[in-house]
Parts: sequence; C-alpha cells; structure tokens
Amino acid sequence: MSIDKDKIKHVSKLARISVNDKKIDGLTKDLTSIFKFIEQLNELNTDKVEPLSSILNEPLRTREDKITDGKMREKILENSPQKNEEFFIVPKVIE
Amino acid sequence: MSDITKKSLTEIVNLIKKKEVKSEEVTLSFIKNIDKDKKLNSFITKCSDQALIRAKTFDKKPNLEKLIPGIPIAVKDLFCTQGVKTTAGSKMLENFTPNYESTITENLWNEGAFLLGKLNCDEYAMGSSNETSYYGNVINPVAENTVPGGSSGGSASALAADLTPTTIGTDTGGSIRQPASFTGTVGLKPTYGLCSRWGIVAFASSLDQAGPMTKTVQDSALMLEAMASFDVKDSTSINKKKENYSKKLTDNIKGLKIGIPKEYRVEGMPREIDQLWENGKKILKESGAEIVDISLPNTKYALPAYYIVAPAEASSNLARYDGVKYGFRSSNGNNLIEMYENTRSEGFGDEVKRRILIGTYVLSSGYYDAYYIKAQKVRQLIKNDFDKSFKNVDAILTPSTPSSAFKIGEKKNDPISMYLNDIFTVPVNLAGLPAISIPAGKDNNNYPLGLQFIGKALDEQKLLNIAYAVENKINFKQNLNKWWER
Repeated sequence: MSIDKDKIKHVSKLARISVNDKKIDGLTKDLTSIFKFIEQLNELNTDKVEPLSSILNEPLRTREDKITDGKMREKILENSPQKNEEFFIVPKVIE
Repeated sequence: MSDITKKSLTEIVNLIKKKEVKSEEVTLSFIKNIDKDKKLNSFITKCSDQALIRAKTFDKKPNLEKLIPGIPIAVKDLFCTQGVKTTAGSKMLENFTPNYESTITENLWNEGAFLLGKLNCDEYAMGSSNETSYYGNVINPVAENTVPGGSSGGSASALAADLTPTTIGTDTGGSIRQPASFTGTVGLKPTYGLCSRWGIVAFASSLDQAGPMTKTVQDSALMLEAMASFDVKDSTSINKKKENYSKKLTDNIKGLKIGIPKEYRVEGMPREIDQLWENGKKILKESGAEIVDISLPNTKYALPAYYIVAPAEASSNLARYDGVKYGFRSSNGNNLIEMYENTRSEGFGDEVKRRILIGTYVLSSGYYDAYYIKAQKVRQLIKNDFDKSFKNVDAILTPSTPSSAFKIGEKKNDPISMYLNDIFTVPVNLAGLPAISIPAGKDNNNYPLGLQFIGKALDEQKLLNIAYAVENKINFKQNLNKWWER
C-alpha cells in the first residue's frame, strides 16, 4: 500500500485533524515506512484464524440500567473551555 | 538515620510501623530531593505543601494497619487525581483538573498513602523515550544525555533518583518495563484486568494496564497488593479475591520450569544482553529451577500487529478531545468543523497525531479487514503461542529490551527504530499476560540492563517469587552520584 499526500489529506479529514502543507511531506515519509513495516503481516496465512478482540475469557459484564451518580452539571462544566450558564458553547452551527 | 530516601518502600513502611520515623520526616526528605533536582524534569506538578499537610495529619493519628501507611507517592500524570491537574503529557489537557479520582490512586490512598506529585510521561503514553511530552524531555538519572525510556519515563526517573519511594505507571506495549530496565528499577505489568483502568487517561483500552514501579521486587509485591481490586466501573476488571503477594513472597523456586524462547535472540542484539540472559539462566538453575527451550514462532509479527491495534484503539479513544467539554480549544476556525480540526491539530503533538492518522486509516472503509481484522487474527496467533508454551513451563525468561538507554534525539526521527525498542515487551500486552522487569546487570557504559519474566495470566505470585529469587542472587547496585543536583 503506497501512502500519498491525497490519502493523508483524506484520513486527516476523517480524523478531524488539520495537517498543514509544511508537515505533509514528513508525514507521508513516516507513514509509508510504518505501513511497510506493518505489512509484514501479509506473510502470514490467517485464513482459518478467528480475530481476537478481547483477551478476557469471560464476556463483558453488563450492569443494571440505573443511575449511580448525577447532579454534577456544574462540576462537569467547570472544565469546559467555553460555557454559558448551563451550556457548552461552540461556534455557530445554524445560520 | 542514614538517608531515608535511599531505602526501599518496604523498609520505610516498616520504620513507620515501628514508629521509628514519622511520615512528616519521610515526606520532607523526598521533598528536599525534589527541590534539589535541577535537570531531570520528571515532575509536571509538585504537591509538596499538600503532601506535608497529609503527612502531619497522618502522624497525629497514624493507622498502622494499612499496607503503605504515611507514604508519599508521586504518580504518572496519566492517573486522574481529584483537584490536581492531570495532563497526560499533552497540551490538550494543560488545564484539566479532574473532579474524580482514578480507582488505582484511590486504592493507594485507602491503604494510607498520599499524593506527592504528578510525573512526566510521553504524550498520552505514546512513546518509548519520554521525548513526546509537551512538558519537555525527561532525563535518565543514570547519565545526563540519555533517555529514561517511556512512556512512564518521569516515573522511572523520579524513582531511580530517590524523588519518590515508589511510583505507578501504565504499560500498553512496554511503558512500565522498558523505562524500568533503562533506569535500573523494577517494573511490573500485571495481567490485563487485574488493576482497574477507571480514571486512567485511555490510550489503547484492550492493552492498557497499570502497574507498580519500585526499587525492589518485594516493594512491587506490596504495591500490587494495594493496587489490585475488582472494580465495577471497569467492564474488563476481573472479579477475583485479593491476594497477599508480599506476605506469600518466597525465593524458593525449586522445581519450577522456565522457558527460553529462541525467537527472542534477535539480530544485532548486543553481546552484553546475550550474556545477561545467560547469567539469568545460570542463576535460575542454581536456584533449582529447570530451563526449558521453547518456541514462540509468531514473535516477529507482534510489533507490526501492535502498530495496527494500538493506533486503531487510540484513534477512537482520542476522538473525545474536541475542544468542547474539557481540554484545550483553538481560537482559530470559522465554524464547528474547523474548530475541531484546529483544536486537534494544535492540541496534539506529532507522535499522537501520527498514531491517530494510522489508526483512522486502518479502521477506514475498505481497509478495515486488510489491516485491523488481520492484526486481530495475528494477535490470536501470538496468544496461542503463549498458551501452548505455558502448558510446559511456569514462566518465560527474556531480556527486557534489545539495548540499554539510548541518547536523547538518537531515535527521534526514525519511528520504526523507536518502535523496535519494545520488541520484547509488546507480545505480553497482546496476550494480556503479566510480566516483570528487574535490573540484572550493566553494559560497558555502566548503564543498567533488565531481565524480563513473563507469567501465566493471574499467576503474579509465582512471577514475583521467581523475580525475587533472581534479584537476591544478582545483588544489583545503582551508585548514582546525584549529578542532577549540581
């Protein structure tokens, strides 16, 4: 898989990270070498192998659907970079 | 009394329990060392005043029944601490003060300890040299121009320089064991699920695990005892009863079988590390253990699989940093999308962005099966290798790292050579197993080298016993001359 600038621009759009033109050459070079390294996996035949998504032997626990905390709006808002009374403020979305 | 900061955690705990020393004296001694340090850059936040108040409160009414009573502890800045800034080594969280406490730190405080400070680390724990932190490089107390390893580099550096009696780190691909190896300290990565991940800034959730970093194996057993717990707030936490690792610790390892995987003898590995490994085998034999040659055939594919799985999980975990609810927000951008893009571009450092991009790519439509599913299949093969070996052996012995501590800047511009540093530690995370690195010798430059023991899942006691037996016979001495105070 070859990595080119267009691909990096596409992925950075998906990841919501703006990549400036000065950095894109370096990134292309780094990602190309990393993907070359990763693609060693293609040497392995894994046709009959099940993918492992969790290392635990048991399935994930579920919990009862009940409220265990709450009433902490102010505490949560304390760390917000921009707020107004009980709201998070973001740039205008609807004209 | 001789310098208390040079003592092991267990020794300090015993002195406090025998009322031969007060918590305030212990705390002051460490604060003095922290204040004298001019160069290591291991702390992001110092909590000296707060720690002294806690020490004095403890001394007034000491509860000596606890595991680590009156002990000040500095922790990796990846653990959320209520009311104390938690940065994860990132600009993104420069002003983030959690309103809650991580389960692991809460467990430590419930056993009588209190917070001494927050320690530097690679940004979001992504790095092997502590050169990706927004708060600057951490220096290895072993030598001025060398890295302490990463990502728990601040933890390793502070511990080795006697700035904290013990510490905790997190290990996603070697982030506890590799810095322990580089600084001549003991680092334990427990079985996945033994220590709660709740309140730890997430990197790769199926691999992340917190563990103790200590001066001795006995300290490691004591700390693990304090840290491990079943936690309903972590859905991957294992429900098992508490173990008394430190009380059950023994150096009697007669009859145990220790596997030596041939695939860990990699090309270009320094002769000193080969000798270290041979010496480890010799000591085990002298202690009555049996050495067994084993094979872990898929070892070489662990690192490439890791560099798909870990970035994929990171790209999804780090999607939460959007500049809205907490953390940094860019002032550039004319609309919501531009605000997100600039916030994430300005708030994350280069290595973090690189990994998010890799992760987003391998999860994106059309590539998911070729990369992500492929890596998960390889992960299964690696786990199968270990499962098969553990039918015949009790533990596995390997070197901790393929080299000793390297120079600052040496690998910074070559991501692959940086990633290769974790070649011996990464397979353990993929298989969810416990492993410990102990200081086992030095190279020509007098830099420490570590040996790693890998155990069966939830078999920490046996792992600690083996490490304890080998530690006793190696008798490693650090002898640092405190150049960082000049």
